[in-house]
Amino acid sequence: MSAEPLLQAKDVQVHFPVRGGWLGRVRGAVKAVDGVTFDVFRGETLGVVGESGCGKSTLGRAVLRLVSPTAGSIHFDGQDVTGLSQRRLRPLRRRMQFVFQDPYASLNPRMTVREILGEPFDIHGLARGPGEREREVAALLDAMGLPREALGRYPHEFSGGQRQRLGIARAIALRPDLVVADEPISALDVSIQAQIVNLLVDLQRERGLTYVFIAHDLNIVEHVSTRVAVMYLGRIVELAPSASLYRRPRHPYTQALLASVPVPDPERPRTRLLVPGEPPSPLAPPPGCTFHPRCPHAMERCRRESPPLYPLGSGHFAACFLAEGESQQSSTAPRSGGADGVLAQSPSSG
Amino acid sequence: MTPGASPSGDGPLLDVRGLAVELARDEGRVRAVDGVSFAVPPGGTLGVVGESGCGKSLTALSLLKLAPQPPVRVAAGEVFFQGRDLLKLSDDELRRVRGRHAAMVFQEPMTSLNPVFTVGEQISEGVRLHLGASRSQARERSVEMLRQVGIPAPGERVDAWPHQLSGGMRQRVMLAMALACDPSLLIADEPTTALDVTIQAQILDLLKRLQAERGMAVMLITHDLGVVAESCDTVVVMYAGKVVEHAPVRELFASPAHPYTAGLLRSLPSLGGEVTDGPQGPRRRLRAIPGMVPALGKLPSGCAFRERCERAQEECSRVTPVLERKRGGQLAACHHPVPAS
Repeated sequence: MSAEPLLQAKDVQVHFPVRGGWLGRVRGAVKAVDGVTFDVFRGETLGVVGESGCGKSTLGRAVLRLVSPTAGSIHFDGQDVTGLSQRRLRPLRRRMQFVFQDPYASLNPRMTVREILGEPFDIHGLARGPGEREREVAALLDAMGLPREALGRYPHEFSGGQRQRLGIARAIALRPDLVVADEPISALDVSIQAQIVNLLVDLQRERGLTYVFIAHDLNIVEHVSTRVAVMYLGRIVELAPSASLYRRPRHPYTQALLASVPVPDPERPRTRLLVPGEPPSPLAPPPGCTFHPRCPHAMERCRRESPPLYPLGSGHFAACFLAEGESQQSSTAPRSGGADGVLAQSPSSG
Repeated sequence: MTPGASPSGDGPLLDVRGLAVELARDEGRVRAVDGVSFAVPPGGTLGVVGESGCGKSLTALSLLKLAPQPPVRVAAGEVFFQGRDLLKLSDDELRRVRGRHAAMVFQEPMTSLNPVFTVGEQISEGVRLHLGASRSQARERSVEMLRQVGIPAPGERVDAWPHQLSGGMRQRVMLAMALACDPSLLIADEPTTALDVTIQAQILDLLKRLQAERGMAVMLITHDLGVVAESCDTVVVMYAGKVVEHAPVRELFASPAHPYTAGLLRSLPSLGGEVTDGPQGPRRRLRAIPGMVPALGKLPSGCAFRERCERAQEECSRVTPVLERKRGGQLAACHHPVPAS
């Protein structure tokens, strides 16, 4: 794994204007993503978790420039793509791809599998003639575990799991470097979810893919991710190597989230830590730490100040004043350091 | 003995025997629920698990004849509730049971609430109809119910419209509506599936508390094995319209007898479990069940699971297995059950 990040997001903001009233003037902004900084290294999987409305999907779209950030910067393979025009983005598009949640809605119902999977080759002019295109598409089907007979069929003839295989096939057709997968398995049945997760993991090994894996299912995210970012109301509140995050979560929100997951073991005593209330509206986030109204440990300071992401060592970061004491104070944390080579640079360093 | 009859020896509150439900399709009638039997004791919690299309929701809807007929038709079976067969009741008699003695909550609280009535009006409707309460008594009861399900400022929220509430709040309102007449059975169909995990935890906790306070029985339909493990006493696992395993929750999770149940449990990644860190982090393959659920009307001969089953033998394609006792309180429909672990 290279120490140079494939993707760098710095202070990324995506604010959506809210219009209303007389002449539809802008009355406010939904701060869907509000100052997010992270790196994604080659070959790793960065999991992004959070509840609905936390901004994880918008973030995923922003890093691929499917929505434009209102502030901040995004570098892909060293190149600043924040302000690139769609025309100049196009050659990069084939290197960064998206897998959508809903395999029913993301495939054109009027196109055959041959057309759906062949289209990327045409758009980017990457197949020398129909023969080569056909060979590429057939090879893709093999890699997805789908039969060759599928070529002439339409999306409705497939099950949900097979459709998601087609969605993944389309994304990896042009051998991208980065794949952002937004809830790729949450529309699927339990027995099919594991098949798709295995497919993604195998493809990553075989093709050296880098993933940003967005999901609300914490178990699956732990399973696939090298590192995990936890989002709450448009911000990353905790970022850590997967094992570290799940074994020793530092942010009270992460702790609540993990404690809320029902465990498929009736013998295990329930240690459920209930967080009261619901996430506030991103239109009117509370002052200070946005989690403070629900936080069991909230202090006076949390109501006034917004905590930065404190580096806690070994690539673990948490945006909570309780973690401040543990913080390895150097504000310019190392880009990497651990022997495992997956440590992030400080998400907040300059 | 009826499978799942109450261990205490009391008669079951709900006793479903050999329920079969058919759907009218273009290609003819298909059997979507086939010979389903289970019982729920008073105050007990039965979990019904399975994947989409396994017939779990249709089973629940058919108990109270809530499925649209046609295309749905109950082809066979009996549904004894408080000693009477619900399937033999007239529409009028059934209306007096629904919402009063047996209530239901659904997955999608937005589509299950009427957008043109306030929350209070919707809770009041059942109270006035079933309990003969006056308008003001019903309103009082609505406020009290909203308070019980943990809605802040219930005196004001009683006049709120469904669209003014969040998903979690709407699901609380659904619970308030369902529980307003103090039913002895609550049928909950994926009640937390549309909710975020911290809200799901709140609702499941609330449900558990209300159930204990009222001695109410719950039939919980879900695809989430974690929810089952935390909430249920007894579990029914459905596959392709049939019950394939029926067991007390601890036995089911400790040592599943049906290969499908075992496969489902094995395919789950465990949270905070043993992780082998590779050079690129914890990445193991999950133990997936191969293949996919067969379409209704295109079920293989014999056992519907056999094509995906690692334990399948020749007889599985010839002889349809029946649900029978394998060990302890565990029933499974399988010729070659997974040995006890």
